[in-house]
Amino acid sequence: MFYALLFAPLIGFFINGVRFRSKNAQVAGAIACTAMAVSFVSAVGFFFKLKGLPVDERALQFLLFDWIKVGDFSAPMAFTIDPLSMVMTLIITGVGFLIHLFSVGYMSHDERPAKYFSYLNLFVFNMLLLVLGSNLLVMFVGWEGVGLCSYLLIGFWFTDPAKAAAGMKAFITNRIGDAGFLLGIFTLFGLTSTVSFAEVNSYFLNNPNMLSTAWGAPVTLACLFLFIGAMGKSAQIPLYVWLPDAMAGPTPVSALIHAATMVTAGVYMIIRLNPVFLAAPNAMMVIAFIGALTALMAASIGLVQNDIKKVLAYSTVSQLGYMFLAVGVGAFGAALAHLMTHAFFKALMFLGSGSVIHAMHEEQDMRKMGGLRKLMPVTHFTFLMGWLAIIGAPGFSGFFSKDEILWMSFHSPRGSIVLWVIGAVAALLTAFYMTRLMAMTFWGRSRVPENVHPHESPLSMTIPLMVLAFLSVFAGFLCIPHGISTILPGHPHNFLDEWIHPLMASFEMPHGPNDLAIEFTLMGLTLLGILASVLLARYLYITKPEAADSAAKKYSAAHKLLLNKYWVDEAYFKGLINPIIRISRTLWVRVDVKIIDKCTYAVSDMVKNAGGGLKMVQSGNLQVYGLYILIGLVFSVWFLL
Amino acid sequence: MLLSSLIFLPLLFVVLVAIAPSWLAKPITLVSTIMHFLFSLMLFKHFDPNTAALQLVEKSPWLKELGVSYFIGVDGISFWLIILTTFLTPVVVAASWSTINKQVKAFHISVLVLEAAMIGSFVAFDTILFYVFFELSLIPMYFIVGIWGGENRIYATMKFFIYTMVGSLLMLAGIIYLIFQCDVQLGELSASVLDFYRLDLTFVGGTFMSPQNILFFVFCLAFAIKVPMFPFHTWLPDAHVQAPTGGSMILAGVMLKMGTYGFLRFVLPMFPEAVAVWTPLFMGLGVVGIIYGALVAMVQVDMKKLVAYSSVSHMGYVILGLFTMNLYGLQGSLFQMLAHGISTGALFMLVGVIYERTHSRKIADYGGLAKALPIYAICFLIVTFSSIAVPMTNGFVGEFLILFGTWQAAPVYAGFAVLGVILGAAYMLWMVKKVFFGEDGEVIKKYPSMPDMNLRELLTMAPLIVLIFWMGLFPGVFLKYSNKSMENLVQNKEEYRIKLQSFRTTELPEIGDRREF
Repeated sequence: MFYALLFAPLIGFFINGVRFRSKNAQVAGAIACTAMAVSFVSAVGFFFKLKGLPVDERALQFLLFDWIKVGDFSAPMAFTIDPLSMVMTLIITGVGFLIHLFSVGYMSHDERPAKYFSYLNLFVFNMLLLVLGSNLLVMFVGWEGVGLCSYLLIGFWFTDPAKAAAGMKAFITNRIGDAGFLLGIFTLFGLTSTVSFAEVNSYFLNNPNMLSTAWGAPVTLACLFLFIGAMGKSAQIPLYVWLPDAMAGPTPVSALIHAATMVTAGVYMIIRLNPVFLAAPNAMMVIAFIGALTALMAASIGLVQNDIKKVLAYSTVSQLGYMFLAVGVGAFGAALAHLMTHAFFKALMFLGSGSVIHAMHEEQDMRKMGGLRKLMPVTHFTFLMGWLAIIGAPGFSGFFSKDEILWMSFHSPRGSIVLWVIGAVAALLTAFYMTRLMAMTFWGRSRVPENVHPHESPLSMTIPLMVLAFLSVFAGFLCIPHGISTILPGHPHNFLDEWIHPLMASFEMPHGPNDLAIEFTLMGLTLLGILASVLLARYLYITKPEAADSAAKKYSAAHKLLLNKYWVDEAYFKGLINPIIRISRTLWVRVDVKIIDKCTYAVSDMVKNAGGGLKMVQSGNLQVYGLYILIGLVFSVWFLL
Repeated sequence: MLLSSLIFLPLLFVVLVAIAPSWLAKPITLVSTIMHFLFSLMLFKHFDPNTAALQLVEKSPWLKELGVSYFIGVDGISFWLIILTTFLTPVVVAASWSTINKQVKAFHISVLVLEAAMIGSFVAFDTILFYVFFELSLIPMYFIVGIWGGENRIYATMKFFIYTMVGSLLMLAGIIYLIFQCDVQLGELSASVLDFYRLDLTFVGGTFMSPQNILFFVFCLAFAIKVPMFPFHTWLPDAHVQAPTGGSMILAGVMLKMGTYGFLRFVLPMFPEAVAVWTPLFMGLGVVGIIYGALVAMVQVDMKKLVAYSSVSHMGYVILGLFTMNLYGLQGSLFQMLAHGISTGALFMLVGVIYERTHSRKIADYGGLAKALPIYAICFLIVTFSSIAVPMTNGFVGEFLILFGTWQAAPVYAGFAVLGVILGAAYMLWMVKKVFFGEDGEVIKKYPSMPDMNLRELLTMAPLIVLIFWMGLFPGVFLKYSNKSMENLVQNKEEYRIKLQSFRTTELPEIGDRREF
């Protein structure tokens, strides 16, 4: 069964890869979807198998072969299915299957559907390697593999230079992270002499004295290096710049790779290594603050973007920031919960935007949309569920997970009021830009050009939307925070927390008598703020659209700053990339050609002139050359002796 | 006699090619090199990977008065390099099939002689014999670049020849000195490497002029030029750009490894104190090579030059790994040598494939090639991923082990070397983007009906691609053969010795006792 789980997508990749010229999206899609279905069904099978086992035996090991083994270093191609990787596997194969299904309709007019589906299957295979790998090196294989597939899929329509460039940018930015990841592996091996997750974690669990608050401590460095890897893959400051550009790929790709699965790999890695990260409070503080700042910064950029996918992209960066905020304050369960709910509602919204873009004949500018509610009722309704989930409307999935993160960022011994404020402000901004997106796309008056006739998408596209909408609404009940559970009838358990509990290092949250009161006060404050944001956005973009423009004019400096994404890309070019290229040119033209070659010529000229006096160098007489060599040899030998 | 046959069979083929009519030169060479490769697989049967000893030894006196003998053998360090040579040669012949149209016989004779010389230098355990093969390999390469090369071939081939010649001449002086040292210390003249290992070469800290120190630099210079190490690398881009496709493939695939092999066989074991003192310098130069090569590759306008500079970068990793002097670094370096041989050979071949069709290597002339030549694009992408060390390809294993070993030995160098991981992706993907993606470039407009790769090209490419994944997925198969020899080097840094396992000679019944010589 494990082989089916892991290799079905790989087989799908090979089949579609061989017939990459095929133009039939149905056949290619059927192959790819079958592969995903096989994988998903096996994953569900494993879930029940795991559930049937006693709690402390929930780890199934699979060894394929010895991969790299040199001296004391050993990295077998081995896999572990435990509660944590199980959750990820279910998300990857489940959401992955829905997105594959959606793609059949979406890519029906494309020239190379078989190639598309083969890449998509290859991505899923690599993602499974990433989450199932039982040591850091196998994870790294998947880690680079998903980056590779992301590169191929972002640049899928490679004849457009901008899209090809976006793919390259994604890969190279990710490579910066990967370099950090490698150093993290080295440092961690230096500490524990192993790269196996189980052994690394148990080493830290058994050696509480590993905890170090020094910045230079190996454990702190290891965590920071690994976090650099996470920054790249999960698009955190300062390496987030590739993700908005990655929207150049087909929209289902954005849903699968750049929202639901790949970009959460960094969060998963930190949760997987939670005993290590808990031993490095400084590193965790860095992670929490970078996460919070990323959440805030990306949300603020999202306020003014007009491309529907760009809004969702910045929203993803922002939500990933929340997850890092959560792991940074030690709320690993909350991070995983948000990872899961976000996978549902963000995949839903990306697919929804795909449905819209498809209907609008590849138009992504929201200024040319509006009023689509009536024309695309299913898309609108499902999107609405996603909207309610992401803004955190009570009862919807995002509410549970986001609220738990905000509470933990305040309450955890590693948290602080500053983190809570940043997180809460980002939540208000989220409510604003998402409402703005809804208003500009679906509500209000239509701005659709006359020659475009939007229509509802076919069933193969709307069914995935409906399933994801269902999950976006109800998935929250799998991870009900403790505080909320106390006021609910029957006090339901937090299933997700209990499910992954055996893998979590003990990290006790303090209990105070007023905890509940504080939690609900903070929750109430956030909810009020969110409501105000929603109403403000509604006012600006539906009731009085002129007001939005005049506001933009009034605060034109701020508006421009946000519209241009704080000029970060430009700064990177000016401050980093262009200087590197200039230096490289100088190295080539000056050092290689001018200095090194000139020195070489100088040496050879010297030799030539030395003999030049005798005019015999140019004689062309072989014996004479031989004589020189002999003389030189004798001389050198004499000198050495 | 296995090793001797491996060296001399190609020379036998030379005779065949010489007497056959010239239209038969290509098929004869191809078939015979393939047979030769299959024959070389006999090594697997006779080579025992569970020992660091020197195996399949053949030894007979040659110049008795000077202690020079015909002394050959194979150990874990040279095992794979021999196979790499016999493997790449038929690939090179097949890749040159349609590019070499003048003096066909001479070209194939050069290739065969080159193969013999390369194998010879990997199996020679007598330094003079090694030197002869090492220099002999220059001559066919000199002709290959000089006759079948591009416009500036004479300049390039002279530069290549003189550069490498200068380096190795000094080494010859060093070898002669060591032969006499054998007389002084061991009581008899000897050119055997195994005897050189036993010499006690005076090393005085704090002064440059101690014998071991000077010898160290003399040997290093010869091999550093060959590798090539920064700052002795400037001959390489010129030679590569001018060389025909096959020439570039051999040059990058095998000949550069003769330099790193030299470090492994001679420099590291023979001069332990000097190595210990100068390790920071060489690791530093390795790192500089990695970053410098990558940076310069990034701004190249010619595809072949870009690949040439990428070689400088990749060989920087090898040097870095060698001087870690730990098992990870050494094993990684050897693996990287093989991986680089395969993937850079493949890259040069692919550049040749497209050059044949368009007669342009200028990156700016291209664009949108992936649409016109999809199969070619797939091959190129696979090789690119191997070159930028994506896991599951051969490039990753070597690079990872080297960086890993470097981190254990001296983390600072690894911290800088890891930049190569980023820059490597940058220059390769930049080229891929310019050549394969985007709008149709000039060459496509000029040759709108360019054919995709043909069957011969695919068949030539296939073994390389198979190896890229095979080595990436099952590196253990490859690492196994060198493991014992590398362990021996790591554990006996100060007193390095290689034992003889079997000794097949009619003259000397006593094994390994050189006093009876």
